Amino acid sequence: MTAKNQRLVLAGLAVAAIVAAALLALSGLKDQAAFFYAPGDVQRGGLPLGRAVRLGGMVEAGSVRRAADGVTVRFVVGDGRATVPVVFAGIVPDLFRERSGVVAEGAFRRDGSFVATNLLAKHDEKYMPPEVAGALHKTETLDK
Amino acid sequence: MSAEAGLAALWLAAALALLQLALATLAVRRGGDEWEAAIRPVAIVQGGLAVAAMAMLIAAFLRSDMSVRLVVENSHSMKPWVYRFAGAWGNHEGSMLLWVTILGVAGGAVAWFERRLDARTWAATLGGQALIALGFYAFLLFASNPFDRISPAPVDGLGLNPLLQDPGLAFHPPTLYAGYVGLSVAFSFAIGALVTGEVGPAFARAMRPWVLGAWVFLTVGITAGSYWAYYELGWGGWWFWDPVENASLMPWLAATALLHSVTVLATRDGLRAWTVMLAVVAFSMSMIGTFLVRSGLLTSVHAFAVDPSRGLFLLVLLGLYIGGALALFGARIGAVRAGATFEPVSREGGLVVNNLLLSVILGIVLIGTFYPLIAGGFGVQLSVGPPFFNKAAGPIALALVVFMAAGPLVRWRRDRAQAVVERLTWPIAATAFALAGLAAFARIGVLPLLGLALAAGLAVASAVPLVGRKPWRTPLFTWGMVVSHLGIAVSLAGMACDAAFTSETLVAMRPGEPARVGPWRVTLDGIAPVVGDNWTALQARLSATRGDQGVTLFPQQRFFSDPATTTSESAIATRIDGQLYTVLGQADAEGRWQVRLWWKPFVTLIWLGGALVALGGALSLVGRVRRGRHR
Repeated sequence: MTAKNQRLVLAGLAVAAIVAAALLALSGLKDQAAFFYAPGDVQRGGLPLGRAVRLGGMVEAGSVRRAADGVTVRFVVGDGRATVPVVFAGIVPDLFRERSGVVAEGAFRRDGSFVATNLLAKHDEKYMPPEVAGALHKTETLDK
Repeated sequence: MSAEAGLAALWLAAALALLQLALATLAVRRGGDEWEAAIRPVAIVQGGLAVAAMAMLIAAFLRSDMSVRLVVENSHSMKPWVYRFAGAWGNHEGSMLLWVTILGVAGGAVAWFERRLDARTWAATLGGQALIALGFYAFLLFASNPFDRISPAPVDGLGLNPLLQDPGLAFHPPTLYAGYVGLSVAFSFAIGALVTGEVGPAFARAMRPWVLGAWVFLTVGITAGSYWAYYELGWGGWWFWDPVENASLMPWLAATALLHSVTVLATRDGLRAWTVMLAVVAFSMSMIGTFLVRSGLLTSVHAFAVDPSRGLFLLVLLGLYIGGALALFGARIGAVRAGATFEPVSREGGLVVNNLLLSVILGIVLIGTFYPLIAGGFGVQLSVGPPFFNKAAGPIALALVVFMAAGPLVRWRRDRAQAVVERLTWPIAATAFALAGLAAFARIGVLPLLGLALAAGLAVASAVPLVGRKPWRTPLFTWGMVVSHLGIAVSLAGMACDAAFTSETLVAMRPGEPARVGPWRVTLDGIAPVVGDNWTALQARLSATRGDQGVTLFPQQRFFSDPATTTSESAIATRIDGQLYTVLGQADAEGRWQVRLWWKPFVTLIWLGGALVALGGALSLVGRVRRGRHR
């Protein structure tokens, strides 16, 4: 094989690798990307059952209840348009509070409630998850 | 005064970078050795000035100079000195200054130490380094001035994010940045070689130590960062596929590929264009990572400030540098002659496969990281997390491990496939043995099972190059390869063990009540308040026993006052066969405390492996530099 041919073969392989990576990634993303929902979206668009999603909004005032086992927490997430009841078993993040932004990772159940496997609250006093800020902003503009 | 001195140092450094660029351009145009004498001091002093600016900022933080805006916003006089010190880069402006400082130091180091490169390529390289530096000086001076004053000066500062208040902050960002930005040297080398067309073994031998050095720092930084996230976040995980973690992983993948392709170029004069391309890609990944983290586009522990104008500034810089480098590559690569050829079954062939697989993983991580941003542009909000990355990149990483085991046992230029398989007898036997044993006795998932079996094979294979050699006559860089590959095997075994054997318990405990996790019996003895430097905490006392072994752990809920924040501090007991990881949650109305317990067998191997990988890199570096001196 001449040097030039080999160069072409290698370049071809490199391109093939990149294309393979892109195809692999995109096909994986189709199944695995967790879409973000605000409670209002769910009401309008139906439940995305059977896949991991993120639910974001504000923890409704007075909605946080602890179950008798001491580790399960129930609360309601709302965005001003609708609300979704959420169940979470685990240690809630440090800045998880009522009337505060939260993003729950998990899946919807048939009855419209949400089982969270992980909760993301804001990291400090200044910070709100951008998705939540966006969802709330949308609600505000819709209301006006 | 120190703030003004720091700002002056930055302006001076920027001016010198401009001078360096002009001198380098002249040197490349006119040729001749006399330019070297002019460029060298300029580059060294430029690096020195950047260090001085960083020192001035650190001084302002240490003295808690509340007339400097950055200190006010990110520090507090009551903080222990080590956090005031490290807090200097625990924020947007300071971390960018650290970035630029390391860029300047890297340029200065090339000017000072690099003697193997021919004079014109050397000058072009330093020109490239100056060009990169100029853009980032401009970013600091016009969009992120760390020395901004505030008037009137407040009495005290707002404090540092408590999550960052950890010894890890003093260590992790500087090492990571040294690796990240150290890759700028490889980028500049590539620019230099493209300008002069001098791509060959001599160029590769000159570039290799710099790549190795940056790669070692990057490896240490990623390993340390992983452990920091593991114990600080209290989530029990060691890698979250967080965009910022990906931002450090992508340059590492590219640098690892570069490290291997530069060896082909140095030894066999092959893969010329590809190596140059990878050098461009590696630092481009560093810049993209910086953009991701610093633009504030992403939700992350690491994203400090949200300011769109800064993101745009960085994006423009990024576009100019990466686009410029790629354009230069397109225009000049024709002038670089094709290198030597090789057979498919050869060391070169193996290294090509290594590079291709690393590129595929890099591509997957890149796409997964940017997909949410792109989708966001179309109004679709989504996130891409561990399920995607593990599924898409995991199998390819395992394939890479197979080639990693075989590669070093293949001869340069040409080899027989059958001979290679013969040399792999023991590794294959080890893999088969581990596979059979695990499949028979343990119920674990496919990926962890393959991971453990391949780790066993790779560990054996990594030692094969030493067989039949006297250890003290074996070159240091061969030892480096052996140790690094062994490190990958060790780390992979740790990851697989963590995925396969971790047991987890979440309970609400009353004092005196026991709980079980794996082989451990854990009892909550009580909860007591404790006071630290600038925090108070509720501290649990947990007694854990396993057979006749006992250990006491003290996880905390910490309350910080400036800014007011709660963090949970995990408590970890390390045993030879794993870690017991405990986190204290909140109390409920009935006086029960939430406690989360993990028993993670052999999880420590993950970071031990990372340390071995870095150690191997360091050994190679020493070996190469020594060999270079002898010549």
